Amino acid sequence: MTLSTRGLIWFNALSPNAKPFEGLPASLKVCDTTLGSLPARVIAVVPDEQNPFPRARCGEVGLLEGWGLGRIINEAIEADRDHDTKRALVAIIDVPSQAYGRREEALGIHQALAGAVDAYARARLAGHPVIGLIVGKAMSGAFLAHGYQANRLIALRDPGVEVHAMGKASAARITLRSVDELEALAANIPPMAYDLHNYASLGLLWETLSVERIERPTEGDINRVSECLQQAVADIAAGSHDLRGRLDASNRSASRQVREKLLEQW
Amino acid sequence: MTDTARLLQSRSFIELGARQRARALLDQGSFRELIGPFERMMSPWLPKQGIVTQADDGVVIAKGTIEGQPTVIAAIEGSFQGGSMGEVGGAKIAGALELAAEDNRNGIPTRAVLLLETGGVRLQEANLGLAAIAEIQAAIVDLRQYQPVIAVIAGPVGCFGGMSIAAGLCSYLIVTQEARLGLNGPQVIEQEAGIEEYDSRDRPFIWSLTGGEQRHVTGLVDAYVPDDTETIHAQIRTCFRQGKPALERSRRYAWFLDRLGRLEPEQPIDAVTVRDLYAAGDEGGVK
Repeated sequence: MTLSTRGLIWFNALSPNAKPFEGLPASLKVCDTTLGSLPARVIAVVPDEQNPFPRARCGEVGLLEGWGLGRIINEAIEADRDHDTKRALVAIIDVPSQAYGRREEALGIHQALAGAVDAYARARLAGHPVIGLIVGKAMSGAFLAHGYQANRLIALRDPGVEVHAMGKASAARITLRSVDELEALAANIPPMAYDLHNYASLGLLWETLSVERIERPTEGDINRVSECLQQAVADIAAGSHDLRGRLDASNRSASRQVREKLLEQW
Repeated sequence: MTDTARLLQSRSFIELGARQRARALLDQGSFRELIGPFERMMSPWLPKQGIVTQADDGVVIAKGTIEGQPTVIAAIEGSFQGGSMGEVGGAKIAGALELAAEDNRNGIPTRAVLLLETGGVRLQEANLGLAAIAEIQAAIVDLRQYQPVIAVIAGPVGCFGGMSIAAGLCSYLIVTQEARLGLNGPQVIEQEAGIEEYDSRDRPFIWSLTGGEQRHVTGLVDAYVPDDTETIHAQIRTCFRQGKPALERSRRYAWFLDRLGRLEPEQPIDAVTVRDLYAAGDEGGVK
């Protein structure tokens, strides 16, 4: 398996002169920078072939990554507690999966990932603009822990951008299907598909963006993404701190209908 | 009381369905179901795949009171599609928690109990299940600011996938011996990492690492109770009376990072290793 470098590439692209934080697991890249004139903390989970947890060496979100994300996001919440302007948190998302392993389960990886979700959600509630920028894979528990709590999700248009709840082989096994059958169903049922076009039809993305070279971004690419992030921050400032902006698509009509009925009967 | 007498008096919680569980926990006569099965709010995605739907999509939302306090219960039916979260069932839980938080902002102290029996995302509705779980997680963190959010994992399904992360966000977690709590289901780990890493058919091994008792002695849950409806009910009341915890488990970054840092990289892992690492001298720890 070749390791994806997209997370690191976009981390570097969006924080050209900033110094990454030290004292973190090598799989976490974090720095404070500005988007235009807006303060922002940029965060990426990247592959680390020396990761002390062998099942988390390919960019997976594991024990150290979950708790580490929680820690550095919590630090931003504390640092900005008394500030009117809360720094934006930009999660650069290229995560192939959560870490699958015996050590992980034994040591409570679910709780580590809850640490990350907790911090992202509290940051959003505290008024930090939280933005998820999907540049590669956004899979399953890894995506929940790193990005899915964002006020706004932005995805780059590229065949390498994929969003899903589980890899194909495992999803086929659990649903008692072959991979071929799974792919045939995914072609007709938007929430089961892995590609960006179908995912976008679910209304969960705020914006999709084309770039010329996703793995070697041009200056124009970087500027376009940076501008889009700044627009997202402005859009968040004008809106609410919850996730209701994700409910508008026709493919989510049942999600809306359930909420309407609950309100009626509450 | 003799063991036999106790056994004859006890009422199993695990054997109850989701609706019966919710009814058993709410004050007598206060149970009221929202979007009940006769409204037939069902999955729009399962029929397209030739899969039989269920009239409540496997989730029961009930309002009522516990000790006179307004409470909403979200109970998952583990026997329908493994308790998996589809679009409708997920929206029922997320929507109920969102309304409970809104109640609190309007001065009504509504609390929530989650009865979790779930394998996580319903893969037949994949990305909409995942999105719903993100919304459930968001709503737990929101409501938790005002009132304790209590989750019970009784079994037999256990709590896995994204919903195990949701469990990790709750103010209090209550489990039985039958419960399992883990991120990745055993079959998925075996598929992804190999049978040497995780043998999904080795049940004693799986319970030794992820079972209710182990999760309790390692401080990853708050209460370990027998499979008895009245005891579970009493434990929920106790947790509510305690109020919000000083610091939720999911905020103990420093403590967990410190403990993980003490682990030797190549050290083989078993139940005892985790007990030693997490349970000993837990000053500022998880309990």
